[in-house]
Amino acid sequence: MALKKEELLEAYRRMRTIREFEENIHRENTTGEIPGFLHLYCGQEANAVAVCMQLDDTDYIASNHRGHGHCLAKGADVKGMMLELYGKEDGLCHGRGGSMHIADVSRGILGANGIVGAGAPLATGAALTAKTLGTGGVAVSFQGDGASNEGYVFEAINMAVMWQLPMIFYFENNGYGEFTGHDYVVGSKDIAGRAAAFGLPAVRVDGTDFFEVYEAFGEALKRARAGKGPSVIEAQAVRFYGHFEGDPQAYRSTEELESVREHKDCLKILRQKLIKGKKATTAELDTIDQEAVELINACREAAKAAAFPDPATLMNNTYVSY
Amino acid sequence: MAEMAMRAAINSALVQEMTRDDRVILIGTDIAGGQMGSGGQEDAAGGVLGITKGLLPRFGAARVIDTPIAEMGYMGVAVGAAATGLRPVAELMFMDFIGCCGDMLLNQAAKIRYMFGGKSTCPLVMRTMIGAGANAAAQHSQSLYHWMTAVPGLKVVVPSNAYDAKGLLATAIRDDDPVIFCEHKALYDLPSAKVEVPEDDYTIPFGEANYVTEGSDVTVVALGLMTHIAAGVAAAMAGKGISVEVIDPRTTSPLDEESILESVESTGRLVVVDESAARCGFGHDVVALVADKAFHSLKAPVKLVTPPHCPTPFSPPLEQAWIPSGERVARAILETLGLDRAAIDAALAAA
Ligand SMILES: Cc1ncc(C[n+]2csc(CCOP(=O)(O)OP(=O)(O)O)c2C)c(N)n1
Ligand SMILES: [Mg+2]
Repeated sequence: MALKKEELLEAYRRMRTIREFEENIHRENTTGEIPGFLHLYCGQEANAVAVCMQLDDTDYIASNHRGHGHCLAKGADVKGMMLELYGKEDGLCHGRGGSMHIADVSRGILGANGIVGAGAPLATGAALTAKTLGTGGVAVSFQGDGASNEGYVFEAINMAVMWQLPMIFYFENNGYGEFTGHDYVVGSKDIAGRAAAFGLPAVRVDGTDFFEVYEAFGEALKRARAGKGPSVIEAQAVRFYGHFEGDPQAYRSTEELESVREHKDCLKILRQKLIKGKKATTAELDTIDQEAVELINACREAAKAAAFPDPATLMNNTYVSY
Repeated sequence: MAEMAMRAAINSALVQEMTRDDRVILIGTDIAGGQMGSGGQEDAAGGVLGITKGLLPRFGAARVIDTPIAEMGYMGVAVGAAATGLRPVAELMFMDFIGCCGDMLLNQAAKIRYMFGGKSTCPLVMRTMIGAGANAAAQHSQSLYHWMTAVPGLKVVVPSNAYDAKGLLATAIRDDDPVIFCEHKALYDLPSAKVEVPEDDYTIPFGEANYVTEGSDVTVVALGLMTHIAAGVAAAMAGKGISVEVIDPRTTSPLDEESILESVESTGRLVVVDESAARCGFGHDVVALVADKAFHSLKAPVKLVTPPHCPTPFSPPLEQAWIPSGERVARAILETLGLDRAAIDAALAAA
């Protein structure tokens, strides 16, 4: 694969920034300053980044409740996102949406989503637009293993096949939907295999390996751009934290939790590969790490200092007021 | 008799009914939680807020059934099972997800008895979580009981405290028709919803309102969390010589029209506090009832306090402005008493 050094460093930077963003939320959440439900992406960064760095602003993604990583990878402003999570007026959605509803259509982000699986038909709609208007764009939906069982996800896959849309369904299988194991709820225990029966290419990749995701997604993207229809990718991913912040995770063993951080950390894996392949030096990567910390710290302080929306603006963006 | 939070009361009603009748089963996403995790704890969650905790070990996996995230599918399974001999209590985690299972309630459960010429019943209970206040934003905060109330064939319950929740849930499970049971998430642990609850089996009939406070000047009709806001205002007003009667209908279908009308006939004034909707909500239904059947008793225009006609905002100050507040309720009450704006401002400033 012909990724240039700058691209690799940029990939590492984006993954590192997402990690730092999420770890910061994890720490700061204990202060009570961040309202609402929070679902962290730590452990899954390679997926969002390897996918989104191959897309541009005319391509759409639809994300889910675990959406911070997808949005950051697709180019959402880091500070704007942080402010949104704190419910501030200058947040990306003016504090109206929060963590589960971050969106930035100017970047092709159709939104995180509080409804599991809803992104699949929404992104399929974006793919229909792209095909109908001939924009050359593609659409990607990110959803979990849990979402793979929703009827409307199946319906969307079938329509994307029927109409040969430039659409990629990206399933991040992190082993759990909330507190329930993937093997319990997926009858065939095989998301990609089940999807293939709809009549489209469906592959399984190691979602902790940036390069494997990059390659598999690149193939799917090539087909979509060439008008050769949709694809499914199932990535074996890991979730470092609980389903939501505050989840005591009684359904996971400490061995599993320790082992995923030790052996399945996509960031560590990429770092080792870059150093081993002489694509980057430790010093270069350390600098990126440091810059990510500084960026996130600055965003956090800005978010804390920023103003809340004025309640008098509650009815902005409604079209009928009663 | 011990005091119980609403969370425990609901759990206790489920235990009571599952013990009484083997045909009662629970079905829903993560109602046990922990199936095929690595921790070996199969009852790891008991629902996202722990309401059904402990039921899997007690009643077994054949009766406490975790589902995939597939609301249309499992709600349909519950309806089919209800029509053929089981008595399922299906959980819809948040009522906002009603769109994901709507047909099975709207066109299947609600219509089976009527369309089959009275030859079938559908003893389904759907328990679901409603309400704003948790900064959960627009897709996890709605109180859509008014949608369900508009559908003939569904009964709808909105309990406001632990005692009512246990008795009404027992009634719901024993009822042969589909019942939508709406639990406000802020009530589970609310101190004022924590009341004495009998250990023993009891039921509360549908269509019987509860008088939260008795009074003679103004009638306030409120449901769920709103009864607590209304009761707080009533207590403050009592100190100023204004006597407020707060009525909690407890079920929106069937509705205890009689109690509402009787109260309005005696007070001549009505305020309805309703979290459902600014248009076509439950509150509008009550106002229409009174306009139709007690118009001549009214001494002042009726007042309706609802959220504005916009999605629930995420940011805390916006959300607080969205939820009907005690201040808005107090203003509405004072308006029905004929105070003008300046007098109301003065009265509230003095409080
Ligand atoms: C329609 C719907 N049903 C249920 C939920 C509650 N819920 C939120 S996230 C989630 C689990 C999703 O699991 P998965 O798709 O695997 O994503 P992950 O959380 O693992 O990233 C559930 C059940 C919801 N938000 N929407
Ligand atoms: Mg998952």
